[in-house]
Amino acid sequence: MNVLLLQFFRSLRQSLQDLLPIILVIAFFQLVVLQQPFPQLGQIVVGGLMVVLGLSLFVQGLQMALFPLGEDMAYSFVRKGNLWFLLLFAFTLGFGTTVAEPALIAIAEEAAEIAAGGGMIENLEPARASYANGLRLVVALAVGIALVVGVIRILKGWPVQYLIIGGYVGVVFMTMLAPPEIIGIAYDSGGVTTSTVTVPLVAALGIGLASSIRGRDPLVDGFGLIAFASLTPMIFVMAYGMLF
Amino acid sequence: MDELIHFGQTTLGLVRDVLPIAVILIGFQLLVLRRPILNPARVGVGLVLVLLGLALFLEGLELALFPLGRLMAEQLTAPSFLFGEEAQAISQFDWTDYLWVYIFAGAIGFATTVAEPALIAVSIKANQVSGGTITVNGLRFAVAVGVAVGVAMGAFRIVTGTPLHWYIITGYVIVIIQTAVAPRAIIPLAYDSGGVTTSTVTVPLVAALGLGLAETIPGRSPLLDGFGLIAFASLFPMISVMAYAQLSEWRTRKVREANSSSTDTS
Repeated sequence: MNVLLLQFFRSLRQSLQDLLPIILVIAFFQLVVLQQPFPQLGQIVVGGLMVVLGLSLFVQGLQMALFPLGEDMAYSFVRKGNLWFLLLFAFTLGFGTTVAEPALIAIAEEAAEIAAGGGMIENLEPARASYANGLRLVVALAVGIALVVGVIRILKGWPVQYLIIGGYVGVVFMTMLAPPEIIGIAYDSGGVTTSTVTVPLVAALGIGLASSIRGRDPLVDGFGLIAFASLTPMIFVMAYGMLF
Repeated sequence: MDELIHFGQTTLGLVRDVLPIAVILIGFQLLVLRRPILNPARVGVGLVLVLLGLALFLEGLELALFPLGRLMAEQLTAPSFLFGEEAQAISQFDWTDYLWVYIFAGAIGFATTVAEPALIAVSIKANQVSGGTITVNGLRFAVAVGVAVGVAMGAFRIVTGTPLHWYIITGYVIVIIQTAVAPRAIIPLAYDSGGVTTSTVTVPLVAALGLGLAETIPGRSPLLDGFGLIAFASLFPMISVMAYAQLSEWRTRKVREANSSSTDTS
């Protein structure tokens, strides 16, 4: 218990250090550049303390649950030796975590407004809602497929850059064809798909797979899943923009 | 009291986000792999900590940082700050008028990336897997520098109104060139660090800055030009992480050469 407490205090101090840059930047711009006092200082201090505490708890929980869980599952899948279940797991993990992602929901709604404003779809509530839902499904599908391809890559030991550069070619090609209104959203949708809970799990899964297969280096083969999962949504969203 | 209700709502929202993940994990563990979860109490406590931690973190950001950050983004892009009190709307401007905006964009990009929980997670893993050659803080610093440059450049793009894809495609070309010359072991990690930079902390502040800029500059549409900053923030870390690896490789080689030449002379 004492060890845990000590560990917690250490991570508390670390979190405080992590947040120091934000505090400095905001204080500098508010006081020196804009030359304005801090509004509601009390609220800011309380919020800051919550952020520090929250970050410490998150990192603690990460080490206790998410990392071991992801790696343990990767080992079990390899030991079981059933490729289809592993691929199914990768797909469900990618699809399931993305479809409910709040950042994606927000971006899909904005995209529907742009599409309606540009006359691509009718500017009516049902048309916008179905466009936004379709977009979410497309992005989730893209992430699911990306994880499946990424897992196959780890199993086969392909170098990651072939996939990524292939993806870039796809993005550039689609940019030339897609309607210009969709390009900004498509590029951004790549970044928002990978949430704070998904990233540690996916990283642990990749590293677990790479370290349980002989001849794979966890550093070289284990990483790369997240990169691929943030690339395919761009292509899929631009394709969606072309079709609708 | 209101705050307590709000906190409850945030937690509830997070539970809803995490529920599908938990169902997938437990479903596969029990139905497909057919083996019990190792150390279920520890995993359970850990998951609760993750949830509680994220809820506190987000709530604290909403209370302290986001309103202030958004306000500052608005004030910095307001014509009265940039062109003096009497200016109401901007008719003529030069991209250099927005110098403070670029500095703020870079500084806030750097600072929020250092605090990004997903990046901390990946850095911890990279440190473990590399046997300590990649340090947690070294990687985070490299990524944060990349985000800072990316967001500052994204702000510049909004001010000048140049097309987004020129920048992104140029970035891709740089990434491909670096891939050919950077140490092989860093490449997957560098690619991944692009995706993890932009989650909970960076996106809301950076998006507010983009929208504020696009709203006040004549000829920019918030819908078309307000987007794209996140794309910048996820592209440049790849470049900076590979550059970091190249730099440290070059330095070790330099040191080794210096050592061998000094032993030759002695």
